[in-house]
Amino acid sequence: MAEKEFDTGGFDFSEVEKRLGVTRRTFLTFCAGVAGSLGLSTNSAMAMAKAIAQPKKRPPVIWLHGQECTGPSESLLRSEQPSLEHLILDMISLDYHQTLDAGAGHKVEEIKKKSMEENKGKYLLVVEGAIPVADGGIYCKIAGETMVDLTKEAAEHAAAIVAFGSCAAWGGVQSAAPNPTGAKGTQAVLPGKPVVNIPGCPPNPANFLGTVLYFVTFGKLPPLDEQNRPKWAYGRLIHENCYRRPHFDAGRFATEFGDEGHKKGYCLYKLGCKGPETYNNCPSLEFNNVGGGVWPIGVGHPCFGCSEQGVGFNKPLFSLADVKTHTPPNAFPEIDDRSDASGASTGAVALASAAAGAVAGATLVTARKLNSSDDGSNSDDQNG
Amino acid sequence: MSTHQQTGGRIFTLPFMLLGIVAVIGLYYIVERFVLGMGAVANINGGFPWGIWVVYDVVIGTALACGGYALAFTVYVFNKGKYHPLVRPALLASLLGYALGGFGAIFDMGRWWQFYNILIPGNWNFNSVMLEVGLCVALYIIVLIIEFSPAFLEKIGAKGLLKVLDKVLFFFIALGVLLPTMHQSSLGSLLIAMGYKVDPLWQTMQFQPLLAVVSALIMGYSIVIFEASLSNVRFGGKSETPLLSVLGKVAMGLMIVFVAARIIILVSQGKIGLIFAGDFSSIMFVLEMALFILPALILMSPTSRQNGGLLLIAAVSMLFAGALYRFNAFLFTFDPGPGYAYFPSVSEIMVTLGIIAIEIMAYLVVVKTMPVLHRSEQA
Repeated sequence: MAEKEFDTGGFDFSEVEKRLGVTRRTFLTFCAGVAGSLGLSTNSAMAMAKAIAQPKKRPPVIWLHGQECTGPSESLLRSEQPSLEHLILDMISLDYHQTLDAGAGHKVEEIKKKSMEENKGKYLLVVEGAIPVADGGIYCKIAGETMVDLTKEAAEHAAAIVAFGSCAAWGGVQSAAPNPTGAKGTQAVLPGKPVVNIPGCPPNPANFLGTVLYFVTFGKLPPLDEQNRPKWAYGRLIHENCYRRPHFDAGRFATEFGDEGHKKGYCLYKLGCKGPETYNNCPSLEFNNVGGGVWPIGVGHPCFGCSEQGVGFNKPLFSLADVKTHTPPNAFPEIDDRSDASGASTGAVALASAAAGAVAGATLVTARKLNSSDDGSNSDDQNG
Repeated sequence: MSTHQQTGGRIFTLPFMLLGIVAVIGLYYIVERFVLGMGAVANINGGFPWGIWVVYDVVIGTALACGGYALAFTVYVFNKGKYHPLVRPALLASLLGYALGGFGAIFDMGRWWQFYNILIPGNWNFNSVMLEVGLCVALYIIVLIIEFSPAFLEKIGAKGLLKVLDKVLFFFIALGVLLPTMHQSSLGSLLIAMGYKVDPLWQTMQFQPLLAVVSALIMGYSIVIFEASLSNVRFGGKSETPLLSVLGKVAMGLMIVFVAARIIILVSQGKIGLIFAGDFSSIMFVLEMALFILPALILMSPTSRQNGGLLLIAAVSMLFAGALYRFNAFLFTFDPGPGYAYFPSVSEIMVTLGIIAIEIMAYLVVVKTMPVLHRSEQA
């Protein structure tokens, strides 16, 4: 199939096969999957495959960590097929990452400063974690400098800035009340700088990979929404593509954990599911490529809105979501009652037959009239 | 000056009043449908969400309104100008048929108040056959209004506007051929989407659009013959049989294509044996085929083609055949699963009959007050 659908144009993938340790088929299928989830064509999938196979100059990446649990990095590293992290780390030159750096201490900080100096205006800045600003930002320090200063310094000459994870995007759990450290998102401390937000707790690595692949392939960022989230991943509410949605529309809800509705897989809205107000692509990509319906709603737990500012960590877990689309009516008509399907009533049959009969009768009468009038007149041709 | 004339005459004749009564009963039930909901009026259910309001008013109704499409095809695509006298009445019937089909779609919609969403491009789902049908039909109604507007403009004497319209009308006529080709074939695609619920004798998968558009053209030609014959008897004037007989010949050709295609498809899909199963589906199939083949046989002979009466009988047989094809596929042999049954209720049928009555009444009023029908000897 892969050979038939892609016109690889005789492109040699043996190099990338060796480098990534996957077969060409797996590799191309993967690229098609990424392109597909971005809503792009198979041609774009091919362009992505080539971009990965023939990396130009690998863009240097500076990866900062603020107040966080390293969840985003963890989810990226733990992703499966065909080793996303391998792919990403292969495409970029990860010059500084506190979790992954082999070295430690001031030596690493020196390397970071050097790389930033050498690649001025060319490096990609990834921020992970919230940035505390209360009391001069003293609540998060790396090598004696505050996170807020480090972020501003790194952002100064970055080619692009990506806020990875809810903490970096809008503050995450640290920013929830009472927020003693004054935790903020990256955009909030970098006013005027374009920051691409990829929220989630942890964010789906596919959303990061898709955005980076798009950037590497086409040299520009994918279309973003008003909160600077890539539209391909955060363009729709979870509610819109949720496979429990038909239950919502039909008024079938689980009202308690373990009740009949819950066992039958009904809609979790009344258990406080925040799907109706959270923008993310979890229903289609699920989570961490595990498959088999593994994501919160898939395993029977209401979505808690981890990626949505003002929802996750802010709204009580079991409070009703603010439904952004249409709310269901209080009562639904019964539409699935098969025994109630009424047969033909005498009156209805009579009426239907009368209508068909009237047409047939009128036709015969008119036909007779037409014949008598045609006989009277000669049928010479009319004007053209 | 125009070669079309209004027929004049009284509007409130006895047949008109009788139609009015039917229309009032239909409107009463439409109001009831909006006040009390669909369940109070219609027999439709979870298995048969589409009753006669969709299958007759929209699916068959728009095919019956294909006269304008068939004639636009003949007159403009094949450059057969001599059919011009038939165009305006056919366009009028198409306009009324489509407009009421569109109205039918609204009162058949469970949540009709969300109808406006189809007009918002951001909400479009390009994988939906229904979207194609909905948008295309809405656009075609506008095109039909423009195509028919010369009759109205002539009446009010807007000569300047007529001249402008004359220059751009070719574009709308081209659309008037394109749009029905699109949505009539999409009505066939709806059956593809229904999958196994459609009886195997009618589920031809990728051939559905072709069969739908060919049957729509057959019905289009038939309805022109039907209308012209009835108008001729009702309003007098010169017989149009010679013109109509050629349309009959075209319809015959299409029917041969249609019947042959059906048989070839059934053979190639290995389903031909189902015709002889003797069950309800096979009987309906044979009946439908008979209604297609009978007019083809009548129209094959040049002498009976020149006979106005036989021509009309053939046309009505084709109309029944085309209608039965759609009824069979969408309703009669449709099998949504065990336990479901559907037959329209009296009130449901009255709504449909009321809509038909309104259509005929509107037609009568317009031909009496606007220059629609052709009058060669008086012009």
